[in-house]
Amino acid sequence: MTTTMKQYSFQELEKMANTIRQDIIEMLVAAGSGHSAGPLGMADIFTALYFSVLKHDPKNPAWEERDRLILSNGHICPVRYAAMAEAAYFPKEELQTLRKFGSRLQGHPERKRLGGMETTSGPLGSGLSQASGMAYVGKHIDKADWRVYCLMSDGEQECGQTWEAAMFAGKNRLDNLVGILDRNNIQIDGFTEDIMPLEPLREKYEAFNWHVIEIDGHNMEEIVDACNEAKNIHQKPTLILSHTTPGKGVSFMENKFEWHGKPPKPKEAELALRELRGSSMKIEN
Amino acid sequence: MLNPKAHLSNKLFSSDIEKTPTRNGYGEGLVEAGKKDSNVVVLCADLTESTRSEYFQKAFPDRFIEVGVAEQNMASLAAGMALTGKIPFISSYAVFSPGRNNEQIRTTIAINDVNVKIGGAHAGLSVGPDGATHQALEDIALMRVLPNMRVIVPCDALEAKKATMAAAEIQGPVYLRFAREATPVITTEASPFTFGKAEVFMEGKDATIVAAGPVLYEALVAARMLEKEGISVEVLNCHTIKPLDAETIAGSAKKTGAVVTVEEHQVAGGLGGAVAELLSQLHPAPMEFIGVHDRFGESGTPAELWEAFGLQHLHIMEAAKKAIQRKT
Repeated sequence: MTTTMKQYSFQELEKMANTIRQDIIEMLVAAGSGHSAGPLGMADIFTALYFSVLKHDPKNPAWEERDRLILSNGHICPVRYAAMAEAAYFPKEELQTLRKFGSRLQGHPERKRLGGMETTSGPLGSGLSQASGMAYVGKHIDKADWRVYCLMSDGEQECGQTWEAAMFAGKNRLDNLVGILDRNNIQIDGFTEDIMPLEPLREKYEAFNWHVIEIDGHNMEEIVDACNEAKNIHQKPTLILSHTTPGKGVSFMENKFEWHGKPPKPKEAELALRELRGSSMKIEN
Repeated sequence: MLNPKAHLSNKLFSSDIEKTPTRNGYGEGLVEAGKKDSNVVVLCADLTESTRSEYFQKAFPDRFIEVGVAEQNMASLAAGMALTGKIPFISSYAVFSPGRNNEQIRTTIAINDVNVKIGGAHAGLSVGPDGATHQALEDIALMRVLPNMRVIVPCDALEAKKATMAAAEIQGPVYLRFAREATPVITTEASPFTFGKAEVFMEGKDATIVAAGPVLYEALVAARMLEKEGISVEVLNCHTIKPLDAETIAGSAKKTGAVVTVEEHQVAGGLGGAVAELLSQLHPAPMEFIGVHDRFGESGTPAELWEAFGLQHLHIMEAAKKAIQRKT
């Protein structure tokens, strides 16, 4: 946020995350295809980033001094689109055009179509490299103040390129780089530890010269605190190993890898929205 | 007949013509581009000396980034750097970049349409003894099919330098192809180089040879020998394979009515394919293709390989005669 913008309380942030989850359900049901579990699981982190952590200006997406947010696992873009719409990058009505012909909201995000997307992504494993390239320029060449945040899935920790980038960031002491790893334990074919065991992730990143912070990815205070802690880590990139529940907020989707890559049907969407609205009332009370 | 406007070397057909690898021109061009624009940065994947990126590393150590043996990372790092306003050149052997990192180039550079330049060294059979694994014969095809990508294949070291400097001033992705072997310096400082424009190196009326890369020299030798046999051949230096100079190529095909393409690359998807696609629409003419025909390379000296794969002037002469015979 720019300094002139509103400071949100944790309760307000939780309420916003709930709204974004509702946006996601509405978008997906209108699109008729897309990913459900990942976007719902990352709603809290995107809310914290866009409404508390990031230095950005929705009216000027190309602002030189902005923090850069790279979404490596582009398939969870509905959550980013919803957060951007709530942050007034573009009208909320446009969310209904997700994945439709002519829409700026492509099935996987494209920089050239939508200001503020920072880059094009989808094929897994290349986000951390791009974020590292930006962070290298920021730290070593331009000596800039902006920071780089890179959101990654746990599935893409199976990509060799992720570790090429982790090595590069560690070698070059990119302390202006924060990786946020969505540790939700699922991928398309099943649970990550069945498909290709990833643990111990903390020790792996530490061995690559990263500072690692583990958080509950649904706890606003922990998310914001971790991003602040990272600002005080010098000579190392920071990885926020964020434990999340895929499908968070919609009970019949939670922790089900079957919901990785499909949208709710209209009846399921109704149930999901009813449940989310109920949770929203609880936050207010 | 040599085109005087091409200002080619006055030692063109003499045995003491200077020989320099095109990769040297890349290194020199990087330094010139770096002097001109402080946004130019160079990344290299553990091949700094042999890609000649070391010329830039020595001149601008703060803007040189060693990434190790990690070409996929290198491509996407460069995309990220370009998004901050830098003009990154990424250097490796063409089999690795744009070979190994093809998807990263497609997504993070080409769809993203960012200002990254890809320098692919050691392309073609003339890599020699290293064998098939290190002889890129499909890199032009890989890059030519990507929207937003431009493809430049310089014919000598001097042109490579000019092409590298020109690439730095183009807004968007460019692929530059270089070779390992020292080859004749055909052009001079005075020779024109304009991105996207094919140059007429020899003028003729019976057939057109469209060539790119150092193997162009064989085409010039072939044309000169054909001239002695009374056959007049036009030789075009088609350094820019994408976008192709439709006007010059189709104009020449219309004039001569027979075409031979010459390249050190698979004909399918390469210069041969590109020219055939163009002429089939604009001016169909009998065509012959000098290049690699659906095979991998192998170990040998560059000369042995060019002979075995049919890339030498005698093969080009034969192809030109065949194309001329096929005119109706």
